[in-house]
Amino acid sequence: MPTSAPVATSMLAEPWRLDGSVALRPEPFGALAYHFGTRRLSFLKTPELVDVVRRLEHSPTVQDALVGAGVPEPHWPAYTHALAGLARGGMITRRDDA
Amino acid sequence: MTILEERPAAQAPARAPTAPPSPGKLVDHFEKGLDAPICLTWELTYACNLSCVHCLSSSGRRDPRELSTDECKALIDEFERMQIFYVNIGGGEPTVRPDFWELLDYAVDHHVGVKFSTNGFRITPERAEKLAATDYVDVQISLDGATAEVNDHVRGAGTYDAAMRAMGNLQAAGMKDFKMSVVCTRHNIGQLDEFKAIADHFGAQLRLTRLRPSGRGADVWKELHPLPEQQRELYDWLVAHGESVLTGDSFFHLSAYGDALPGLNLCGAGRVVCLVDPVGDVYACPFAIHEQFLAGNVRSVGGFDQVWKHSDLFLDLRSPQTGGACTMCSAYDSCRGGCMAAKFFTGLPLDGPDPECVKGNAGTPGAVPTSSGDHSHTGPVRNAPVPLTLLTVRPPASPSWAKPCAENPLAGLAPGS
Repeated sequence: MPTSAPVATSMLAEPWRLDGSVALRPEPFGALAYHFGTRRLSFLKTPELVDVVRRLEHSPTVQDALVGAGVPEPHWPAYTHALAGLARGGMITRRDDA
Repeated sequence: MTILEERPAAQAPARAPTAPPSPGKLVDHFEKGLDAPICLTWELTYACNLSCVHCLSSSGRRDPRELSTDECKALIDEFERMQIFYVNIGGGEPTVRPDFWELLDYAVDHHVGVKFSTNGFRITPERAEKLAATDYVDVQISLDGATAEVNDHVRGAGTYDAAMRAMGNLQAAGMKDFKMSVVCTRHNIGQLDEFKAIADHFGAQLRLTRLRPSGRGADVWKELHPLPEQQRELYDWLVAHGESVLTGDSFFHLSAYGDALPGLNLCGAGRVVCLVDPVGDVYACPFAIHEQFLAGNVRSVGGFDQVWKHSDLFLDLRSPQTGGACTMCSAYDSCRGGCMAAKFFTGLPLDGPDPECVKGNAGTPGAVPTSSGDHSHTGPVRNAPVPLTLLTVRPPASPSWAKPCAENPLAGLAPGS
C-alpha cells in the first residue's frame, strides 16, 4: 500500500484497484466506502466516481477506467484528484501487476 | 448525535469538484437520509450491575421481552445485508448478557464490526487477551471522572478502580487505541487534561461526549450540566485538541462560539443515526428513548430495513426542517439549533434553541416529559453512586492510576498542576 499520495497525474498510466479490505455501499449521492482494517469511512460523492472506482480492478490503467466510464478528458484531473484522496486513505491501492 | 464515531474529524470527502453533475455538500445528502445508518447504536440489554445517575436508557433491570440470541443473530444478518459496517453496542451493561461474547463473534464473522461500551467490570486479563486478538472489535471504557471522587459520584462506588483495572488489562494484552469515554459534566470539565493523560497512559483514545437530559439524565441535568463558562472552556479545549480527541460530533451546539468543531455538525437522528433497544424498538437516536421518537420495531414485518427506510418518523426527520426562532440567529448555520433530544427532555420546543445555547437564547425549560420506560433498579445496588464531597480531599501528588507502572514517564506527575 502506498504510504503517500502519488502525483495525481501519474496515476493515469497506473493499474489500481479498490483495496481488498474496502466495501462500497451504494447511496443516493454515490457510495460510502468503508475500510474494515482502518475503520475509515469515506464518501464517493458522485455515481460517476463510484463507476470509475468499480472499474479500476479490471482496467489496465486508471485512464482506461475513466474512458470506460465515459468521463470526458477535461474532467480527468478532477477525478485523479479524487482518486488520490482515496489512495491517501488506503481505500484504493496500486496493483502490482504492472 | 453521534456520527462518524471512528474518526476524530470528518475526512475530506473524495469528490470530483469540477465533474458534472455537481456533487453538492455531503451534509445536504445526509439531511435527506441514507439507505442505511452510518452510526447504529444497539443497546443489547437494559440489565446493568450499576445505576449511574445520568444513564441515558434508565438501565438496571433486564426487560423480559429482550431479543433472544436467535433474534439478535437474525438482526446481525440484516445489518450485514444492509452493509452496516459497524455497530456500537451498549446497554445497560452488554457483557452481563450470557450470550454477549457469542453475539460479538457472530457479528465479526458476518462483517459487522463492533465497538462496545462497558464499565469494565468484566474485562478480565483473559477477556482482554481475546479482545486484543479479534479484528473488528473495539472496546470503550466509561469513565466520568479523572479521580475516583468525581467518577464514583456519578457511576458508583468502585467504578473508577474497575475502569482503571480494565484499561490496564487491555493495555497489557496489547489492545491498541481502545476508547476511554467521558460524559462531560460540571464536575469534570476542569479535569480534561487529566483525562487526556489517563488515556495516553493506557494507550487509549479519549472520547468526550455531551451530558444529555435523557433517561435518568433528566433527574441530574440541573446539577450536572456544564455551566456557561465551562462550555466555553470545553469548546476551547476541543479546538486545541480536536484532532486527537473523539467526540462523536457530540458538541456541535458549541460551534456557535466560532469555528466549527471537527465533524459534520449536524443532527443525524433518523438520517444517519439510530438506536435499536433491547426489545427491538428503533428510536431516532441513542438520546431519544421516548415514544415520540419511536419509529418501529425490528420484530415487525419487514424488520429493521423497513423501519429505517419507510417509517413515518424517519421520513419526517429527513424532510426539510424548520429552524424556528433559530433561523434568525447568526450562528444557525453552525449549530443548526442544537440537539433535538436535549430540547425535548428539557421541555423546550424542538424548533427553538438548545437548552445550552451558547448565545444565551435558550427558552425557559418547560414541563419535562415523563419517561417512556424506566428500568432502574428498585432495590439497593452494590456499586451505588457515592454522595459528592468535592475538594474535601486534595488529589494525591501521584495519581493512583500511574502507580502500577513506576517506570512510566507520567509517574509522579500531577496532571494539570
